[in-house]
Amino acid sequence: MTIDLANFTPWASLAGGALIGLAAAIFLLFNGRIAGISGILGGLLKWPKGDIAWRSAFLLGLIGAPAAYGLFAPLPAVQVEAGTVTLLAAGLLVGIGTRYGSGCTSGHGVCGLSRRSSRSLVATAAFMTAGFVTVFIVRHLIG
Amino acid sequence: MHIIMALLAGLIFGIGLIVSGMTDPSKVIGFLDLAGSWDPSLGFVMGGAILVGLIAFRFAARRDRSLLGDAMRLPTATHIDRRLVLGGLTFGVGWGLAGYCPGPALASLASGASKPLIFAAAMVVGMVIFELLERLLARGKQAV
Repeated sequence: MTIDLANFTPWASLAGGALIGLAAAIFLLFNGRIAGISGILGGLLKWPKGDIAWRSAFLLGLIGAPAAYGLFAPLPAVQVEAGTVTLLAAGLLVGIGTRYGSGCTSGHGVCGLSRRSSRSLVATAAFMTAGFVTVFIVRHLIG
Repeated sequence: MHIIMALLAGLIFGIGLIVSGMTDPSKVIGFLDLAGSWDPSLGFVMGGAILVGLIAFRFAARRDRSLLGDAMRLPTATHIDRRLVLGGLTFGVGWGLAGYCPGPALASLASGASKPLIFAAAMVVGMVIFELLERLLARGKQAV
């Protein structure tokens, strides 16, 4: 293993992470809920009466974030290596997997680990391991 | 007020994702590529978020109502079952393939690029498929 020093952004990532933690803290302390993106979105698809407004508001804020960020600084450049077919397959797997496993990087990875849930630790270990193995296969065995 | 705080939380969450670099799938894959040139940034994002989160959850544990007066709705499940592990593994494969997880995909939609849109659309379809399967299976169990 070599460290990719050209792309490593410790301070920006730590600061951005702290903002994510702050958002989760606001949602927890004011709304009494876990800021898990897959749960908020997946729950909205059930169209639960009385639950639609806050779910939509959270997602609207998330989707509107680039516009708010863009007022202060140009958006960072991104690079999506995956093609259309891979994106479709990946999206399906992420949609099914996060609902089946009751959470994603935010719900299990950030909130779950913050409340020291052993379930979330297992889920995070599972998706991290699968992510490492998948990238190893795609980049080093096939690619 | 609930709506405003939810909107604000979503907005700060999304800005955090942009600041941290996590809306760039190649950076996420750079973290998942242990055998290549490894970018540890994602670990720092989780570390920063969890440091703040630990304080918030410790504070929340002492309260039985939120600051707006609602009941605290924290997960109560404690058992580690097949669903949790298989779901996590399935999600991880998709995450590794595209470099998107749900938050960054949604926070990239408004960029106007087609790729996050394709991913997010497939993700919503996946969630709907899961929902339908759950209902079908529940109905099957009732019938038996």
